[in-house]
Amino acid sequence: MLKRLIYSREGVLSIIVLTMFFGVGVISPDFISLSNSVSIFNDTSILIMLALGQMLVILTRCIDLSVAANVAFTGMFVAMVNQYFPELHMALLIFLSLFIGALLGAINGLFVWLLKVPSIVITLGTMSIYRGATFLLSDGAWVNSHQMSESFIGLPRYEILSMPVLGWMAVVTIVLFFWAMKFSVWGRNFYSAGGNPMAAFYSGVNVGKVQFYAFLVSGTLSGLCGYLWVSRFAVAYVDVANGFELQVIAACVIGGVSIVGGLGTVVGCVIGALFIGVVNNALPIIGVSPFWQMAISGLVIIIAVIANASSGKDKARIILRNPNANDEIRAN
Amino acid sequence: MDTTIKKSATPDSMFTSKLQGLLRWESFLVLIVFLVCVMNSYLSPYFLDPWNLSDATFNFTEKALIALPMAMLIIAKEIDISVAAIISLSSTLMGLVAQMGAPVYAVAFVGVLAGAACGLFNGVLVTRFKIPSIVVTIGTMSLFRGISYILLGDQVVRDYPDGFEFFGQGYVYWVFSFELVLFAFFALVFYWLLHRTTFGRYTYAIGNNPTASYYSGIKVDKHRLILFTLVGVMSGVASILLTSRLGSTRPSIAMGWELSIITMVVLGGVSILGGSGTIAGVVLAVILMGLVTFGMGLLNIPGIVMTIIVGVMLITVVSLPVLITMYKTSLKRKEAKAL
Repeated sequence: MLKRLIYSREGVLSIIVLTMFFGVGVISPDFISLSNSVSIFNDTSILIMLALGQMLVILTRCIDLSVAANVAFTGMFVAMVNQYFPELHMALLIFLSLFIGALLGAINGLFVWLLKVPSIVITLGTMSIYRGATFLLSDGAWVNSHQMSESFIGLPRYEILSMPVLGWMAVVTIVLFFWAMKFSVWGRNFYSAGGNPMAAFYSGVNVGKVQFYAFLVSGTLSGLCGYLWVSRFAVAYVDVANGFELQVIAACVIGGVSIVGGLGTVVGCVIGALFIGVVNNALPIIGVSPFWQMAISGLVIIIAVIANASSGKDKARIILRNPNANDEIRAN
Repeated sequence: MDTTIKKSATPDSMFTSKLQGLLRWESFLVLIVFLVCVMNSYLSPYFLDPWNLSDATFNFTEKALIALPMAMLIIAKEIDISVAAIISLSSTLMGLVAQMGAPVYAVAFVGVLAGAACGLFNGVLVTRFKIPSIVVTIGTMSLFRGISYILLGDQVVRDYPDGFEFFGQGYVYWVFSFELVLFAFFALVFYWLLHRTTFGRYTYAIGNNPTASYYSGIKVDKHRLILFTLVGVMSGVASILLTSRLGSTRPSIAMGWELSIITMVVLGGVSILGGSGTIAGVVLAVILMGLVTFGMGLLNIPGIVMTIIVGVMLITVVSLPVLITMYKTSLKRKEAKAL
């Protein structure tokens, strides 16, 4: 049992992350203190939530490039609502951010589900549209911290058991995902729809609908993260989270989510995101210039996917995969 | 009923068959380009000035140079999203060589060489380790630009040798800039390569069915390797032009270009699923995007609004053929029921 745990992908990954974590701890003991660990987790919360949403999309053989633009739009929207109606209750604002995020995600999902157009093209398009819409909405202006209400900024910072609400939100998301992806039919369908769409179709899974749900969830989480991002950095502007979608995908890839679909776990995905979080936090401490961060994460992605590919698990699958599988489903 | 089943069972060329329903995608693009020209010249008196039009070409020639090999790569069922990062790395290396006092041609040579090396690296990763190209290039995208950041940090390189500015700012004859002439030249080269050589036919074959191509004796991996290197080389060339035009290098150069390059290719009627598309379509899409950007610039519309329009165009382009087919099949079903 222990052996299997260590040799599993998640096991290897967590050993790497922990080695890195304690390695930095040797150089600077403060790094591994509880409060710093919590703050690293808190820093990574948004990435974790977005990566979990993205995981669902990638599991179903799609990709969502519009998450960062969704974050920017929803963040700007709720910030402006807060600016003009400061007395509005926070619960309502959070609901609003979830709703708008879900709406933007549903647009992606509907195109993929009903028109069967490749998700990479659709989300490439909506990515520009949502980002542009953010500009139209705000007219290029910023919403600064003094224009936001106290509770708007304070909520993610409010500490429960010495961890901010932001971190707790990530914990709740992880637990929900863990349960759903392991024990609910709804969650298992993502694996079947991505692993073998044709088999899924013949066993009564509506593949298109499952893809729609994936985009819906990814969008909803992006919406929530839109509020969290804007509130955490206490500023909303058009270029919020620019290019963040690639980090989100990187977290998934490092965590062992296979880009061809059907493979990936919640735990792996979370560790993948934490890996990026630990690297980002550790670099300044061990005295490496932050300019190294990008190259390191690129190198890690490449090494992770090479390790993934040479483990050889996918090979049999690729040979057996019927290239017409998708089209036969379309024909029906 | 038989016909509908046959149609939808065609693998991957489903988009082309639908596009043929729209007459030809290319002729549709010509029509739109013409309409945009008429509209622009009606809206702004400055549009039809040859020098203004010539200036407008600078907006897209560099991206367009990469769109040409990218079209071939996407036709072969692969993709490269590290192109903008390749521009950055090759520009950085050119800058460092220039700082050491290298002559113009050495600087340009380094640019192309760096591009080729990056493309080769992508290609080797994809073919040797059988990793999907989108993942590889997401990784190398961070890696290449990351190396630029390591080498330059927040520095800017400006010391380029005299004469280097010709590549991005020079004119060959009257209003025809070096960039524009180079683009026209490469458009012809890639037209020849894709539509007139066995190399081009193999590209389509691989895109339509890699396994069948492999068993018919096409060296699929070698072909992919060449295509990736080709994209790298052209990114290097684009990097020379851009660096020369801006006269400076910083690691954040050409940020986000990969997406507009892919948009150009898809807008040109190349199926993102591989197997179909033409160079003529890509060239028209490039011109269309250039004209629309330029026209909106003349009307003082901010650039970011342009991205909305490009996004809408992209989605319309891929959804419209599907919608038309859906409408047709539903009509046929109604007829069948009526009978």
